[in-house]
Amino acid sequence: MISLAARDILHAWGKFVFTGIGLGLLIGVTLTMAGVYRGMVDDARVLLDNSGADLWVVQKDTLGPYAESSSIYDDVWRGVRGMPGVARAANVTYLTMQVRLGDHDVRSMVSGIATGEPGTPGWPPQLVAGRQITRGHYEAVADIATGFKLGDRLQIRRNHYTVVGLTRRMVSSNGDPMVFIPLKDAQEAQFLKDNDAILQQRRRTAENPVYNPPGIPGMLDGVIAAQSTNPFVNAVLVQVAPGSRPDEVAEGIRRWKRLTVYTRGQMEDILVGKLIATSAKQIGMFLVILAVVSAAIVAFIIYTLTLGKIREIAVLKLIGTRNTTIAGMILQQAVALGLIGFVVGKIAATFGAPYFPKHVLLLPRDSFAGLLAVVVICVLSSIVAIRAAIKVDPAEAVGG
Amino acid sequence: MDGKGIGITGLKKRYGRGDTAVDALKGVDMEVAPGEVVGLIGPSGSGKSTLLKCLGAVIEPTSGRMRLGAEVIYDDGWKVKDIRALRRDRIGFVFQAPYLIPFLDVTDNVALPSMLAGVANAEARQRAVELLQALDVGHRARAMPSQLSGGEQQRVAIARGLVNQPPVILADEPTAPLDSERALAVIRILNEMARKFETAIIVVTHDEKIIPTFKRIYHIRDGVTYEEEGEGRGFE
Repeated sequence: MISLAARDILHAWGKFVFTGIGLGLLIGVTLTMAGVYRGMVDDARVLLDNSGADLWVVQKDTLGPYAESSSIYDDVWRGVRGMPGVARAANVTYLTMQVRLGDHDVRSMVSGIATGEPGTPGWPPQLVAGRQITRGHYEAVADIATGFKLGDRLQIRRNHYTVVGLTRRMVSSNGDPMVFIPLKDAQEAQFLKDNDAILQQRRRTAENPVYNPPGIPGMLDGVIAAQSTNPFVNAVLVQVAPGSRPDEVAEGIRRWKRLTVYTRGQMEDILVGKLIATSAKQIGMFLVILAVVSAAIVAFIIYTLTLGKIREIAVLKLIGTRNTTIAGMILQQAVALGLIGFVVGKIAATFGAPYFPKHVLLLPRDSFAGLLAVVVICVLSSIVAIRAAIKVDPAEAVGG
Repeated sequence: MDGKGIGITGLKKRYGRGDTAVDALKGVDMEVAPGEVVGLIGPSGSGKSTLLKCLGAVIEPTSGRMRLGAEVIYDDGWKVKDIRALRRDRIGFVFQAPYLIPFLDVTDNVALPSMLAGVANAEARQRAVELLQALDVGHRARAMPSQLSGGEQQRVAIARGLVNQPPVILADEPTAPLDSERALAVIRILNEMARKFETAIIVVTHDEKIIPTFKRIYHIRDGVTYEEEGEGRGFE
């Protein structure tokens, strides 16, 4: 038996192809939306991977340093370093801000990294150009997604930094590219106000009798000095010694240092389950809407195509064609339309993904799930048309 | 009758119920022998189409008896289980418009009923090509229906009706859209095919051009048929 669906498609291939392209663009948007979500999850994991840490020590009872603000003294790391099972510990700060280069700025996550050597927690694990930071001040390593180049002079707050190295895929959980600067500079950048604000603060402090009581010379200077420095960092990143279990090391730090410590798994749960949860739900809603719209389009197209063939269907029934054969024809056409749409959508999403400002990660398993969803949607969408075709009376082919 | 052809006795068809019921057929009798082509003539609303649909097993009569060949297919109820197979294998249809399937080429349009009956594609196509050649449209075997003239399309439709060599063919105004010359050509072909395949052919028409060609005519009026000798003129 010949394939009636294939013959019909070949006969009206233009209609099918152009409809498939239209549907494909919709499917492409759907796949891209899924890719955006995957990209967010991937960015979160990359952030954790590239930090080089096994444990994150943060302010007690906070979800820092990424999902909530966290502030701990910058000498805490020494005590953490001395805990059993800790191989390395390093301070780190994170500050998302606009980094200026000339007359334009780039939204970046500025990370302050402690002095050390490659492999120190918080350091960019690999460079694609230049070198790591070797001086204590005013050098920067930037992700290439910032668009910065070696030798560029960046402005962060009031200070300028020379880009000495470039790295790749170092992004925040929001997808913002990272810029690494020395820890002391980052602490200052987090805290430092403009000159007017500093003068204003000093005046207010001097006028406050609590900080400037009569008869206690030197107290005001001490208070102002304390206000002008930032002894806090956002977290201490910890690498666990070989043979030690992160859970056990974390428990020790929690007990003795009275700080909150997260393992890699816990931190991933925070980032994926909490930080990007709302975005994920938003994308999920879009996916549902797009799926419903796709289903409606396929159903409408197949129904319209079927109504256009009522006379032929009546003739087919009159000459003895089974309802299952006719239903199969409509079903195959719906699935063929979906497959054309999926191929177009997959190609569109693959070639379009690099042009999106955020990381779009198209996973094969998502594509496979998308293909299954398209087939299921097409099958369900064809039901209305099949019902219409089955109701066609063969008597319609006979006049009168 | 030698066991072929079609015969109906006291066939009735009522539409609706109660006060609004309409008796479209009020006891039709008809016998068509194998190889015979008869005309069925009547004004609009006389019951022609209803009779054709009953004969074609498209609708169920209300009562009466129908015989197809030696087998009683209806006797106050269908006597065959698979009506669809009955239509497919034992009744051929030719319509007023050819109603060819637009996405199949000429050969597959003709071969489709055989394929539906389970004949292998190659064999069904071979049968189709032979029929098309017999009907002088063999040269258009690979064409699509939209590429054919009206007369060619109607000949292809006749070939489709004949491909399973049914004992009866029901032709519903097959010459209506054709000019005199082509109309007579179609009737000539139907007569040739009727003789060649021993098929009983019933042609519903009110085409004055072709009425004189029938040797026997059934008139239908108000759901009742009357038999009449036709002129049985030639086709030239």
